[in-house]
Amino acid sequence: MSEITIAPQPFSERLTSSSRRFFRWLMRPQVLLSLVMLIFMVYMVLIPLYRLIADSVTWQPHDLTTHPDAVVGQLTIFHYIRMLTGVLGSIYTYTPLQHSLTVALGSTLLALLIGGALAWLVVRTDLPGRKLINQLAVLPYIMPSWTLAQAWLVFFKNRLSGGTPGVFEFLAGQPPPSWLSYGPVPIIICSALHYYTFFFLFVSAALMSIDSNLEEAGDLMGASRSRILRKITFPLVLPAILSGIIMTFSKVMGSFGGPNILGIPVRYYVVATMLRGSIASGDQADAFVLAIVLILFAIVTITLNQRMIGTRKSYETIGGRGFVAHETKLGRMKHIMQIAVIIFQILVIAIPLGLLLYSTFMLIDGNYSLSNLTLQHWIGQPNTVYNHGTSGVLLNHDIWRAAWNSIKLSGLTAFFTALLGILLGYAIVKGRGTWLAKVVEQVAFIPYVIPGIAFGAIYIAMFSQKLGPLPALYGTFALLVIVSVSKHLPYSSRSGVSAMMQVGHELEEAGQVAGANVWQRFRRIIFPLTAGGFMSGFLMTFITTMRELSLIILLVTPKTQLLASQTMQYTENGDGQMANAVILILIFIVVVGNFIIGRFKGSSLQKGLGM
Amino acid sequence: MSTSITIKNLTKRFGKVVALDNVSLNVEPDSFLTLLGPSGCGKTTLLRCVAGLEDPDGGEIYIGNELVFSHAKGISLPPGKRDLGLVFQNYALWPHMKVSKNMSFALEVQKLPRAEINKRVKESLAEVKMQGYEDRYPREMSGGQQQRIALARMLAYQPKVFLMDEPLSNLDARLRMDMRAELKRLHHVAEATTIYVTHDQVEALTMSSQIAVMKEGVLQQLDTPDRIYHFPANLFVADFIGNPKINLLDGVVSGKNLVDLGGFKIPMATYTASGKVVVGVRPEDIAISTKRIPEAAEFSAYSIQPSGADSTILARKGDLELTIKVMGISPLKMDEKIWLTFNLDTLNLYDKESGNLITA
Repeated sequence: MSEITIAPQPFSERLTSSSRRFFRWLMRPQVLLSLVMLIFMVYMVLIPLYRLIADSVTWQPHDLTTHPDAVVGQLTIFHYIRMLTGVLGSIYTYTPLQHSLTVALGSTLLALLIGGALAWLVVRTDLPGRKLINQLAVLPYIMPSWTLAQAWLVFFKNRLSGGTPGVFEFLAGQPPPSWLSYGPVPIIICSALHYYTFFFLFVSAALMSIDSNLEEAGDLMGASRSRILRKITFPLVLPAILSGIIMTFSKVMGSFGGPNILGIPVRYYVVATMLRGSIASGDQADAFVLAIVLILFAIVTITLNQRMIGTRKSYETIGGRGFVAHETKLGRMKHIMQIAVIIFQILVIAIPLGLLLYSTFMLIDGNYSLSNLTLQHWIGQPNTVYNHGTSGVLLNHDIWRAAWNSIKLSGLTAFFTALLGILLGYAIVKGRGTWLAKVVEQVAFIPYVIPGIAFGAIYIAMFSQKLGPLPALYGTFALLVIVSVSKHLPYSSRSGVSAMMQVGHELEEAGQVAGANVWQRFRRIIFPLTAGGFMSGFLMTFITTMRELSLIILLVTPKTQLLASQTMQYTENGDGQMANAVILILIFIVVVGNFIIGRFKGSSLQKGLGM
Repeated sequence: MSTSITIKNLTKRFGKVVALDNVSLNVEPDSFLTLLGPSGCGKTTLLRCVAGLEDPDGGEIYIGNELVFSHAKGISLPPGKRDLGLVFQNYALWPHMKVSKNMSFALEVQKLPRAEINKRVKESLAEVKMQGYEDRYPREMSGGQQQRIALARMLAYQPKVFLMDEPLSNLDARLRMDMRAELKRLHHVAEATTIYVTHDQVEALTMSSQIAVMKEGVLQQLDTPDRIYHFPANLFVADFIGNPKINLLDGVVSGKNLVDLGGFKIPMATYTASGKVVVGVRPEDIAISTKRIPEAAEFSAYSIQPSGADSTILARKGDLELTIKVMGISPLKMDEKIWLTFNLDTLNLYDKESGNLITA
């Protein structure tokens, strides 16, 4: 070792060795990425959450009308006392909470029954036409969650809303009872028929991954059929079922569309609709208290789930296929089951869509004579009689703008979410075991526990004023993109991590050894290898954003109107046929989008769900 | 053109686990050094530190005269600047690139002219006898072929140092034998200093010019295969190397150059040793006689396992059990009385407490 040359390190030559080591740590791609992601998430998740809580415990300008001596900005528990105690507490919080819980529990159970049974039929029996059933089963999921509620209204409404008769009254000659038209029963049924897809996807994936040999082993040891089902199959599927329960329960707890359409006419308020009412009447701080109640509930649910399953991964399901699946012979039940499934799918897909479509051709709602058929709602010129003087949806500039806004929002959100997913996945997988990666993973998970409507509420608190370098974003399109991207963070990090896990770390290291820099490694190795995951994430996010309502309902303004919020506005104005026409346009865009994106190799809805 | 590698006081921790504990070793230019040890001994970590894929928590690494890593000076060259090639255990061929792209990637990064790249890809494929596979995707080839391409990919960018991380462990036994011979040949032709990681002692013994045996992050012995086999520096190395395993017999020094093995005594150099010792005897260094030999210990044949070219015999005397290897098919019968004599020149004496070889 005659002479020692030290490799030139131009940047850090003058630095001390420990600061050089720090600099090198900082310049590691996963560290740098983690830090950038953390800053982003602090801004988009933690600060808004803090502002929400802060606003709920301080006097707000709006309170001056009732409490003239209050000092705006000072600490107070006034909002909590008002919202959580006495008669007002019961009206504003406890009754809606009770309703939310009823609806959430009811629809979760119903969805579990439907989804679980359907999954078993498709995966584990010799039911004919299983492939088609499988494909149709996920259709309700890509439709907006309140589509069924809207269709329900067309069929079952009585004179309580709008004063026109529904199809039921036309056919039966008398109006349906109110409990069937509005309130918890239809809300539960409609939500269940939308969210059973979670159970269907999770349980069928779990069933597929169970090696029948496990069951056959039990069989050989002389265990009875029911015992095998109870002791072997059920425990193996349990994580999937619990995941479905958590997802459905927390989604329905925070859902707005269905309860708004089917609950309001009979003043059946859930927390989400009550929250929006408070915002509309200017009592933001009160709404924030409700949002906090929702968040606390979500946290409790998820904690319970973790206790039961033991890991945070519980909401993921077991992957892997290719096992020998032992099929149960249905025997004589085969054809009965097949007919039942066909009827079910017609009931939840064809009939609702047919009803919506038919209603858009009725000039006057509730008049079922052929002479009442019209294209007025689609291509009619504006006149003073119908739809508050607006033209048919296809000639309506507001609708075209809303459609464009929706596509733009969904496209941008899907792009950024998928991109963030890969970057988050890289930062988390590459940094596995370091505190930084853990923090990033945890923070990215936070939006998961915040129900959509509460997340929207947070953003009101945050972006109604200027904050640091960020201007007041309320009312801008950018805010909608930001809120949608942030709400999707848990999904992006989850699907990003699973996409990155499939890319062995050696593949990137081989690039490192070959002398490729970070950018070359990303461009030539990591991006191409995760393209399938990227497209799946894109597809999934595009669809969910397209039909997202709870999240953005508090944040849209006439200028940033979206198709989803537009339907709600029409419904609230009593222009039901216009609302239904817009829903159909929305579904059309989603289906076309699904088709186009689905063409790309390796992307699928299932993968997008992180399965 | 060949280069040396010097590792000084290298330490690496993963949380509380010490993966490398103050490891120092010197790899001579042109040599083929094998890092050998059971899984978790730190051999792969050491290789990854040399490659620059891990930053150690202390120590220095030189490649040739260049300081590529120094904890104290805060220096760590990125892997691409260390002029080395690495073959991964699972080959790490990029699945979305054809063979030719896999091989030219590093050369494109170095911005070599196209003609030169094509020439090198062709030559390297020829060297591993894989001409004509340019347009295959990795998944369209067998494991053995992927292995060859992984080698060719490294050869193509002509690094000064070859690093290999258990490259043969995913191949079947037959292929592994073939590849051992070819790897040795490739190293000879390419004249690149090589560090090779394996847990397979046969690979280590057959291919290396030097073997470094490691255990729990600590370097146990760095020596030629011959010396590693015949003079293991401690009981761990003795026990780890050799198949069938070495016989390690507990004994007591019972006089000048005499060790009592319990039931019989053997004369051997005891140097300054006293008290409890362990005697290491390779199975092939024991001779069997079916006729009584006065000085020899009497055993009985407990089990006889012929395997063609040689036979392994388990001999017992009370609680004492010895493994013996003889050439050819053994004619012994079960429970037959046998008399054993040791090849005294080959015995090694270890201190019972420290486990270290006693040489003086």
